[in-house]
Amino acid sequence: MSLNHLTIHEASDGISKGTFSSAELTQAVHQHIARVDATVHAYQTVLPNARPNTYALRANAGNATSVLQGIPVAIKDNICTENVVTTCGSRMLENFVPPYSATVMTRLEDHGAVLVGKTNMDEFAMGSSTEHSAFEPTRNPWDPQRIPGGSSGGSAAAVAAHECIASLGSDTGGSIRQPAACCGVVGLKPTYGRVSRYGLVAYASSLDQIGPLTKDVTDAAIMFEVIAGYDSHDSTSVTMPVPEISRSLHRDMTDIRIGIPDEYFGDGLDAEVEAGVRAALEVLSARGAKTKVVSLPATPYGIATYYLIATAEASSNLARYDGVKYGYRSAEAQDLMEMYRQTRREGFGAEAKRRIMLGTYALSAGYYDEYYGKAQQARTMIRADFEAAFQEVDVIITPTTPTPAFRLGEKLNDPLQMYLSDIYTISANLAGFPAISVPCGFSHDGLPIGMQVMGRWFDELTILQVAFAFEQETNWHLRRAPLSEVGDA
Amino acid sequence: MSDYDVVIGLEVHAQLQTNTKLFCGCSTAFGAQSNTQTCPVCLGLPGALPVLNSKAVDMAIRTGLALNCSITTPNQFARKNYFYPDLPKGYQISQFDRPICEHGWVDIELDQGGQRVRICRAHLEEDAGKNMHQTGVGVSHVDMNRCGMPLLEIVTEPDLRSSDGAVVYLKTLRDTLVYLEVCDGNMEEGSMRCEPNVSLKPKGQEAFGTKVELKNINSFKFVKHALDYEIQRQAAVLTDGGKITQETRSWDPERGISVVMRSKEEAHDYRYFPEPDLLPVEIPEETINALRDRLPELSKAKCERFITEYALPPYDAALLTSSRPLADYFEACVAGFQNPKTVSNWVMGELLHALKNDNIDVGSSPMKPDRLVALMTLVEDQTISLKTAREIFLDLFRSQQAPADFVQERGLTQISDDGALETLIDDIVRKHPSQCAEYQGGNEKLLGFFVGQVMKSSKGKANPQKVNTLLQQRLASEKVAT
Repeated sequence: MSLNHLTIHEASDGISKGTFSSAELTQAVHQHIARVDATVHAYQTVLPNARPNTYALRANAGNATSVLQGIPVAIKDNICTENVVTTCGSRMLENFVPPYSATVMTRLEDHGAVLVGKTNMDEFAMGSSTEHSAFEPTRNPWDPQRIPGGSSGGSAAAVAAHECIASLGSDTGGSIRQPAACCGVVGLKPTYGRVSRYGLVAYASSLDQIGPLTKDVTDAAIMFEVIAGYDSHDSTSVTMPVPEISRSLHRDMTDIRIGIPDEYFGDGLDAEVEAGVRAALEVLSARGAKTKVVSLPATPYGIATYYLIATAEASSNLARYDGVKYGYRSAEAQDLMEMYRQTRREGFGAEAKRRIMLGTYALSAGYYDEYYGKAQQARTMIRADFEAAFQEVDVIITPTTPTPAFRLGEKLNDPLQMYLSDIYTISANLAGFPAISVPCGFSHDGLPIGMQVMGRWFDELTILQVAFAFEQETNWHLRRAPLSEVGDA
Repeated sequence: MSDYDVVIGLEVHAQLQTNTKLFCGCSTAFGAQSNTQTCPVCLGLPGALPVLNSKAVDMAIRTGLALNCSITTPNQFARKNYFYPDLPKGYQISQFDRPICEHGWVDIELDQGGQRVRICRAHLEEDAGKNMHQTGVGVSHVDMNRCGMPLLEIVTEPDLRSSDGAVVYLKTLRDTLVYLEVCDGNMEEGSMRCEPNVSLKPKGQEAFGTKVELKNINSFKFVKHALDYEIQRQAAVLTDGGKITQETRSWDPERGISVVMRSKEEAHDYRYFPEPDLLPVEIPEETINALRDRLPELSKAKCERFITEYALPPYDAALLTSSRPLADYFEACVAGFQNPKTVSNWVMGELLHALKNDNIDVGSSPMKPDRLVALMTLVEDQTISLKTAREIFLDLFRSQQAPADFVQERGLTQISDDGALETLIDDIVRKHPSQCAEYQGGNEKLLGFFVGQVMKSSKGKANPQKVNTLLQQRLASEKVAT
């Protein structure tokens, strides 16, 4: 087994016992990137390993007691990294080098993590396949003909292909969990407000949340503990203390009540995915957890609600890419209006433009009440559904995605079909609560299947404990994607 | 003109005197080199987030309370979306349907009597940057230092009926803002900006006419010019049977006219929606009460108190309370010197004259209240004469010296000692026997002559009142002795 196959906790053990060094570990990661990333294209930018970058230097001076000390991690390319280009998967920011780091990046550095590179993504995190990257699509390490999910497809693929030990993604409507499910890794979307968004290039501010993609649940807890917590730079971050989850993962399941919403097991759900999730529920029942059917009647409004709120906020968030101060500027323009028009025409891809137009429309005079206003009402209903359900159960378990990873190009020209990929993940963003996707099986053609565990606000502890209990009973998370084995002696 | 009623409403942007910007820690100091007071937040860099400056919120509440507004809780920020090069995020963080202050009023004094001007709302928002156009080179630059400066936009109902009324309202509002120490009220530097809207309607008609908004008015003087121009313009159009177009016009002070900036058709749809990066701002009742308790006395109340408490003439009281620093100066002096009218005379006379002469504002006066008190006390206890005090004022004002030392060093101390004065008087009476006889013969006007001689021989240092008394006694006793 190569060093790059290790989890954070395994690698940290090895480094602290002196079995190998952080440099050797990082070297192994870089060698594997050299072997497979031309195929996977998980990375948008790989930081040079040969010459020490500022992050590695700071890592050496980092906190020797942290479990992240010397661990190579990858960061989604919409998280600002000082002096390292941050493209957001867009031509618009192809050459944008932030003068500051996101709070999560600073926290990782403070804990001694080594930044390997920035991962590919759908442009401005808008998409479910990473095909909307302005540069090149990322491939699924389990089958390069298939998409890795999105928009954090690069972060999920980098973990699944073992091109890093762990990574960070961002999740607005499922952008961590859906690619985690597609790539057979663990993906956690924390409660809205848990993790600072400062330095995360905004897509939809009231929905965006940064979270980890990892090889197992323990690693997700470790990463979560490091990045979570109040940040005075983000007014929506909360002051609530973060529990030490990674040391409290073992929990008796007999007092856990699991809610199973009918609405998430209906039309459009692939039979193999359903079978995988049902089998997983059996595993948890066998551990003593009680299951109960719950009702979430507002579920059908989820997609429409999401695509009104997210696009409305996006239309405003993306207004700053105007060619004036940074980023792409059209060389053609002769006057101000032309500069705006040409810059945005040339700098944004089709999906970004589509969402900007949708959102602009939803906020326009005369339409606001009908669209944005209605969507806010529906959002309140969806939240109320879950609040009621969480009176009766501790977690809600659903499939993460309706199908395993689809083929590249399959839904690229059918936005509505593409949008349905997020049908099970969107509610957690609209209502703000935490959710995790863990591997729970494989399709007949060897594609990973993900199970989603959702919990109460700020109760990451319980969903991680349930996910951990499941992981203890199964080996799905230990399977390796074919592309992670390339060149492995 | 007299065929129409004038209807004016005013929007005033007051820049709040915080040390840092509304949503980031950058300095608000005026006049720094372009683009040196910026950070990822006010530059609108990808990923940067706003954090509300609580000092600005306090100032907005204080202003709202002083303008008799209700304070909205929770109030909420909203994004106002439009493209312009001086607006780095492509939206301005402002307030829309939940402004921090609402439904207040300002009472103003006009020649024809008092008027209440209703305040519709006052809301917090960030300022934009400044576009700088170089003529002829085809390139423009943007200075982002002003981006994110805290503004309070104060909006009246269309209650004003003349350009004079508008100016009085503005001056009253400025007084209040300056008194509250929330805004320096400087229109020329742009820390107070005014955007009036004007419409005309035939006399007696209920319904308002079509309104026109005026921009780019950056001094009190231009407010009246611009309004009068617009009133004349609209009256002429209406009298000719024309219609007023709803539009925004820009005042050109050099040409003394306004020109169309944009018509209603070109008006923006700002697509306001609640700012998701900032939580609604909850303002506890205790906070409002605490701020209300700490509100300073405003100029009108202070003026009335000066009249009753210090028995000052209304003219003095009005002048002394025209600015808070001046009123504070006066009161600091009164605390150390018991005669308020004497203090008032000195402050309104010598002090203001010297300040104006040296172009200094009262807050930075080198003559602090303690030195003025010391000077007035020297006159009071007859160490120096009033005349001397006045003569030395400007030099003393510009020096850092204590008045007693200043007087001592220059030997200006007045001679009040009876013995010393009698010696001087003896000498003069003896030198002028004929005038003495004439006086004793009944020509009492000659007393002035003797006083003059004594003052001259003392080089002006003799206490003139004492000289007067002693001379009269001495000349009378001569008469008896003769």
